[in-house]
Amino acid sequence: MKRFVFFISLSFLINYNYLFAYSTQPKLFVDELVSDVVSILSETGASVKDKNRKIEEIAKENVDIPALGLYTLGSLRKTLDSEKLNEYNDLFSKYFLKSLTSRLTDYSSQKFEIIDEEQKSANYTIVNSKIAPSDKNPEIKISWRIYTKNPDKPLIRDLIVEGLSLAKTQKEEFASILNSNNNDINALLNKLKEFASD
Amino acid sequence: MRKILVLITAILIIGSNNLRAETEKECFEKVSRSIFKFNEGLDNIIIGPISRGYNKLPEPIKKGTGNFTSNIATLLSIPNHLLQGNLDGAGDAFGSFLINSTFGVLGFADVASGLGLEDTKEDLSQTLGVYGIQNGCYFVLPVLGPTTVRDSIAMVGDTFLDPFATMTWRQKEVFNRTGKKREYIGVKSAGIVDFRGDNEKNIKSLKENSIDLYSSTKSIYLQNKERKIKNSDVIDDDEWGNLDN
Repeated sequence: MKRFVFFISLSFLINYNYLFAYSTQPKLFVDELVSDVVSILSETGASVKDKNRKIEEIAKENVDIPALGLYTLGSLRKTLDSEKLNEYNDLFSKYFLKSLTSRLTDYSSQKFEIIDEEQKSANYTIVNSKIAPSDKNPEIKISWRIYTKNPDKPLIRDLIVEGLSLAKTQKEEFASILNSNNNDINALLNKLKEFASD
Repeated sequence: MRKILVLITAILIIGSNNLRAETEKECFEKVSRSIFKFNEGLDNIIIGPISRGYNKLPEPIKKGTGNFTSNIATLLSIPNHLLQGNLDGAGDAFGSFLINSTFGVLGFADVASGLGLEDTKEDLSQTLGVYGIQNGCYFVLPVLGPTTVRDSIAMVGDTFLDPFATMTWRQKEVFNRTGKKREYIGVKSAGIVDFRGDNEKNIKSLKENSIDLYSSTKSIYLQNKERKIKNSDVIDDDEWGNLDN
């Protein structure tokens, strides 16, 4: 029993470290989060499934997935009934987490640096960072759109890689699917289901 | 002469208005999607495998090839910097080309950037963008890939502005020298393979994670063009603000 309690406490501490230890200051928040993700990705001995699970936990806690889902849905979000919206949110979350872990597995060994931060409004701060160049790869600039409406809980809403917004790309991709299907949300839901189940 | 100037101004104004109205719209989406599929096949069968083979070459060879094609592309930047009224940019591009072509052994080594001479690549589509000419509708060309009305017209214009294209593709004398079309095609192809090789991971990731690859590619193309015109990575998107209202 004692061992079991110790194990539970240890798991809680490890998860606590991943989920809640980040600073509330946007610059530090991004820095700490990235260093956590990098250390997970470079863990030797851990299975890919295990690494993905940890990254998903971090993303669920620190990325504003519901807002990102609404943004990528565009103006259709205003006219959808709550049942469809909930279905979309659920599928979008699965889609986002799956594509995030798939994208991240390739990027683990380059040096990450925070450059600066710019407060755009009371709700948004942009944190500018870069992945330092290596022999094989050029420098990559990454800007993070951090939602700071709740100053105690900053959340990531977008990543802008070399001037290309991932959220905007996603939004335009979804808009194209909707446009080709007379704005029928079911067409998009089916595509998301297909992706999540692959 | 005056009539020509009036005509050019009129074309630019009319063109600008028409293009502005159609920004980011598709010219003929069904055809473009078919061409996109054809290009994807071409990439799977020819360009992708060549790029992956290229990536296995020793790093100095790859770096040298990238530097060489980039140095030649600088020649197009010089007139475009001038057309944009950016004398500093033109000076930097000219200096970079001169130093890399001599001390950098025909451009295989990038000596200039080590001296602080960074060439921001500029082409005619960016120059037209700087003057407010919008994209016009979007379409996909066989082999050449994504483009817009403005960018496709500019691509033809570039062959008149670019001294390297004038010498090789148009086979005219520049500084008493001329070249062959195959040299132009060779350098451009090497540039494409180098770019494709550098972006192997990104392209693979995009293919795996897109639920509509055609639209993702279109979005990335248009965002990238806008970034190059503004020479800025800042994205202002009001939609995020609307989300909180």
